[in-house]
Amino acid sequence: MLRWLIGGGREPQGLAEKSPLQTIGEEQTQNPYTELLVLKAHHDIVRFLVQLDEYRFASAGDDGIVVVWNAQTGEKLLELNGHTQKITALITFPSSEACEEKNQLILTASADRTVILWDCDTGRQVQKVSCFQSTVKCLIVLQRLDVWLSGGNDLCVWNQKLDLLCKTSHLSDTGISALIEIPKNCVVAAVGKELIIFRLVAPTEESLEWDILEIKRLLDHQDNILSLVNVNDVSFVTGSHVGEMIIWDILDWTVQACECNFWDPSPQLDTQQEIKLCQKPNDISIHHFTWDEENVFAAVGKGLYVYNLQLKRVIACQKSAHDSNVLHIAKLPNRQLISCSEDGSVRIWELREKQQLAAEPVPTGFFNMWGFGRVNKQASQPVKKQQENAPPCSLELIGDLIGHSSSVEMFLYFEDHGLVTCSADHLIILWKNGEKESGLRSLKLFQKLEEDGDLYLAV
Amino acid sequence: MISAPDVVAFTKEEEYEEEPYNEPALPEEYSVPLFPFSSQGANPWSKLSGAKFSRDFILISEFSEQVGPQPLLTIPNDTKVFGTFDLNYFSLRIMSVDYQASFVGHPPGSAYPKLNFVEDSKVVLGDSKEGAFAYVHHLTLYDLEARGFVRPFCMAYISADQHKIMQQFQELSAEFSKASECLKTGNRKAFAGELEKKLKDLDYTRTVLHTETEIQKKANDKGFYSSQAIEKANELASVEKSIIEHQDLLKQIRSYPHRKLKGSALCSGETEHTQDQTSQAATTSHPDESADTDLYTCRPAYTPKLIKAKSTKCFDKKLKTLEELCDTEYFTQTLAQLSHIEHMFRGDLCYLLTSQIDRALLKQQHITNFLFEDFVEVDSRVAEKQESVPPKPGPGRPPSRSLEECLIPQVLISVGSYKSSVESVPIKMEQELGDEEYKEADVAEMSSFDPQENLDYLDMDMKGSISSGESIEVLGTEKSTAVLPESDSQASLTVPLSPQVVRSKAVSHRTISEDSIEVLSTCPSEALIPEDFKASYPSAINEEESYADDSEGAIHFQASVCAPELGEAEEGGLETPPSQIDSSCCIGKESDSLRVPLSTPAHTPSDQDGVVSIPPQRYRQKDQGFHVDFVVENANPLRDSSSEGFPADELDPSHLLASRDVSKTSLDNYSDSASNMSSLASTSSDRTPSSAHPTGPSSERHKKRAGQNALKFIRQYPFAHPAIYSLLSGRTLVVLGEDEAIVRKLVTALSIFVPNHSRYAKPVKHWVSSPLHITDFQRWKLIGLQRVAAPAGAGTLHALSRYSRYTSVLDLDNKALRCPLYRGALVPRLADHRTQIKRGSTYYLHVQSMLTQLCSKAFLYTFCHHLHLPAHDKETEEVVAGRQASFLKLTLGLVNEDIKVVQYLAELLKLRYAQDAPGTGHPMLRFDYVPSFLYKI
Repeated sequence: MLRWLIGGGREPQGLAEKSPLQTIGEEQTQNPYTELLVLKAHHDIVRFLVQLDEYRFASAGDDGIVVVWNAQTGEKLLELNGHTQKITALITFPSSEACEEKNQLILTASADRTVILWDCDTGRQVQKVSCFQSTVKCLIVLQRLDVWLSGGNDLCVWNQKLDLLCKTSHLSDTGISALIEIPKNCVVAAVGKELIIFRLVAPTEESLEWDILEIKRLLDHQDNILSLVNVNDVSFVTGSHVGEMIIWDILDWTVQACECNFWDPSPQLDTQQEIKLCQKPNDISIHHFTWDEENVFAAVGKGLYVYNLQLKRVIACQKSAHDSNVLHIAKLPNRQLISCSEDGSVRIWELREKQQLAAEPVPTGFFNMWGFGRVNKQASQPVKKQQENAPPCSLELIGDLIGHSSSVEMFLYFEDHGLVTCSADHLIILWKNGEKESGLRSLKLFQKLEEDGDLYLAV
Repeated sequence: MISAPDVVAFTKEEEYEEEPYNEPALPEEYSVPLFPFSSQGANPWSKLSGAKFSRDFILISEFSEQVGPQPLLTIPNDTKVFGTFDLNYFSLRIMSVDYQASFVGHPPGSAYPKLNFVEDSKVVLGDSKEGAFAYVHHLTLYDLEARGFVRPFCMAYISADQHKIMQQFQELSAEFSKASECLKTGNRKAFAGELEKKLKDLDYTRTVLHTETEIQKKANDKGFYSSQAIEKANELASVEKSIIEHQDLLKQIRSYPHRKLKGSALCSGETEHTQDQTSQAATTSHPDESADTDLYTCRPAYTPKLIKAKSTKCFDKKLKTLEELCDTEYFTQTLAQLSHIEHMFRGDLCYLLTSQIDRALLKQQHITNFLFEDFVEVDSRVAEKQESVPPKPGPGRPPSRSLEECLIPQVLISVGSYKSSVESVPIKMEQELGDEEYKEADVAEMSSFDPQENLDYLDMDMKGSISSGESIEVLGTEKSTAVLPESDSQASLTVPLSPQVVRSKAVSHRTISEDSIEVLSTCPSEALIPEDFKASYPSAINEEESYADDSEGAIHFQASVCAPELGEAEEGGLETPPSQIDSSCCIGKESDSLRVPLSTPAHTPSDQDGVVSIPPQRYRQKDQGFHVDFVVENANPLRDSSSEGFPADELDPSHLLASRDVSKTSLDNYSDSASNMSSLASTSSDRTPSSAHPTGPSSERHKKRAGQNALKFIRQYPFAHPAIYSLLSGRTLVVLGEDEAIVRKLVTALSIFVPNHSRYAKPVKHWVSSPLHITDFQRWKLIGLQRVAAPAGAGTLHALSRYSRYTSVLDLDNKALRCPLYRGALVPRLADHRTQIKRGSTYYLHVQSMLTQLCSKAFLYTFCHHLHLPAHDKETEEVVAGRQASFLKLTLGLVNEDIKVVQYLAELLKLRYAQDAPGTGHPMLRFDYVPSFLYKI
């Protein structure tokens, strides 16, 4: 009966015993987030967050509304109502230089088969397009060409004034799941297992019409492509449902490197049970990528992997970073990595160079403390096997943020204001650095004192 | 009783006092000099013990043109409160000092009757015979059917403590003005509605008459008019005149300065809503025309009716009740305001003064006081309201009033004028006539009583006229020193009213028998013009003359016609059960209820006054032990056991000091604890005062109980300190338990340690049964959580363990606490389990003072400029942080975790101060990543 009281600080025991999930106690000295603010405005799952400027962000989700927030105060600035169904894509829309008004615009696509352009300063609905045959699942703005593209079952090209310039034929019923821009006026669209490369033809003297041409289809993936990102000027990377990660050359669209099943430990495992566990496709599907100059960080199933582009190998991994699938990851400037997951938690990791090769990837001290010897044994087993190709770096858990009661869909990092997380529990939480905020509040207090003329009254 | 005479002597004087009459006298050596007023059941704290009521109350009286002064209702509406206090008599007294009651009629030089917007008059009045002192607030309400269109009313705050009235005069005046304004606003609305209807009636009558005249004219071509026709024409003319007069009145009432209406925030009733009610009130106000009532119940379909040429006799019509006069909504509001006043001034003067000082001091710390003081809000609101209702300059005050005008009200008081009831009699004549007439009437009426009384009455009249035994002294003159040789006159006065009173008189050895009314002061702000004084002063004697037989008149009416009407009037009030009214104004009923103790004098020798209104059998059972308890209090094991599960019911200071006698006080307490027992299942915390006015959750009783339970918690749980630390540092404490009552009780107790975020609500949730959410921790700092058995409760426990970093969990069922370590010095002082403090209220005050100290530290820390801002550009954050730390440690003397408490309070202060719109949004949830520990008994 008292069990929960004893072990209140960690995840439920059942889960902890099943997988060697790394946990951290209640003492998190490096975790800067000691203040939180719950923002409540949505009535359904909040799926998208987008930063508007240095202090504002917009959130959108299945309830079809877009809310603009002040990231500093947590104040709800605007609520944009216009969509009748869930929002499927959200993107900031750079207002053209020709345009006088410098208002921040956003584009939203919804399952009601409309796309709306909003003015985030006034809350005005600037324009609405509702001639779509299918739900638009992704949006991309090509700033160089002053056009934007919408991807549903087909790919449409629009100009700044929301006129349809051209469109492709029907591509597939599943639709385009991801779109990125690559050089030479090309875009890459992920359609099912295929990557399709399109080229945009801008109007020239000969033809005044815009055109979009399919250039190439890349069929290297075995399963649906879930993630597609630009990594740097020379390559982009795709990840599929079965854990294949392919790094492509951005110019000639050739495979630079392919890592299939390299994080799948199944060949190294001998116990029947663990094979079964890892064969669940969900466990190795690649949900999200993030990158920096040297590394690509991949959210693979429940785990986190760091793939070094130079070494072309995984330099650090955390096989069970979360209890459940990792949905979004982001790299912070200070070698920190933040991940959020379906288990409702957000974790902060730090990429550290390993001191000695023999170091264990999974610290077990915590479990020892609580006396879960069996878990310890299991955890140490794969460690031995990995000795020969042990990664040179490690991801250390430095803190976790517990607040949401359901899966954390996405988060947004503000350099100055902290972290914003959105979740399926309809909430958005603003995580802040308590000390910093305290200082800011003091500043505000004295400013107000000065304004009121109370500051020097006694002098 | 004899076996333990010493105890009796020390504890209960009344009993001792009574003993000699029934039982063998005590040996001389046991006798202790007794408190002289013990027979009244007074406690030694009371300076004056003549009062027959247990605590202060508010009396609303009317000077009815039919029956003279009569009490309408009391607040609190409880016979226990005023006991045998003679309301009729006192009504007469307070109604007889209204200098301001103005006459509305045809002033010289004006063609039409003129309404005066009379300012209320405010006087202080004392009646040492009754032991009562009163702040009296006179006001007049308009009534179309009343003589001169006005009905004089007064609201009186009656207390046994003269100083209380005098020192709280300004406050009383301000509060009563609000109530009065509310009544008058409602009255103006109702009056205007009434006028409109009357105009319609007149208009209709005119049309009818006109047609009739025309018909007659046609039927009658002889060139001369029949007497009938002339009569009709006259009638028509008078109707025409009446229409003009009424239109004029309507214009006058509507021209009432509108800013006044706006001024009273209390009376901000919706106009359209009240319109309807006005019409309803008007319909019910014509009971004699009940046949028509149905016709115009709904306002738009108001059917005008024919007005008969001859007006109905004064006695035939039933006067409107106060509620009808003022529109139900406003009436209810007024009642709420009055009961608020009653709450506000409850208690002894020193208690009131202390709390006023307290509040004044709290107001000074306006930056920090929101943290732990929860009643500031109410007060500031009241203060604001007070400000928003500016003391009214009197535009409506009559510029000059002639002598006779001022005399009229007093003359009207006399039974004589009531008897004559001829409205058209010239005023001057009436005065003289009245005097004689009433003497006659006097004799006539007195014949029904025994001759001794007659003599007394005459005696008194004479005395009155020479102003010896009874005097009215206006305007702060010295208290009358003339003392009647015997108190027979008063006794005889009260004999017919209540036999019980006589008995008490006979038993008690009263020394103060002077019978005087002192008008000690008038309100300076409502400055009476000098003529008024001059005018009213001579009338004082008249007034007095009238008073004796008016009380008789009151008896008269109670016996006959008006008693049911009164009952009706009372029933109109929302919170007045009819039985109580009956006993409040009809003496017969009261003596009925007195019968029980009377019949058992040996058992209940002490009950003289209001004691009787509690169930007799209970009283007798508990009687002995109870009185002992009262004095020995905590030491009594019997009492402790009887009130187990509840804090020993202590006397809270306001209560104790307010009441005039021991027995009543203790009984009051007893009845409280009895009600506690009955409401054991329900929450002890959520008991709200029965009044309609919101007095906030922090009643004295509430605080006391919270303090007592907190004390219990501290003694009972060795880990109280870390739990309290959690609360003070803003970490949500979840009190987990199966039994709702226990959890709620503890949550209420611990809530005294919870700092508020704003002054609007304490961040305390008494009882939750659903799983907690992150928002709960942001909003609540103290939560009572239901422990649900295994399968259903899994979610709750899972959520609790998931969010364990934000919470401390106190498991009541397992007597365990999981929370961070505390090693500070602050909480041990705040919550010392070996404390000598025994009383809940004392402990509450102790906590308050400690927390105030803490607040001042937080204030210093927050507002020290150099602690938070770098002294120059090059200074790093680390240096600033170091400065903060050293300030906290060295200057404020805080150790370890105490720092976090002050830091948390400082954050709250910052937030509150910097907040532009107070009360918007919830503050952020601050937390620390610190390990928790499990404490277990």
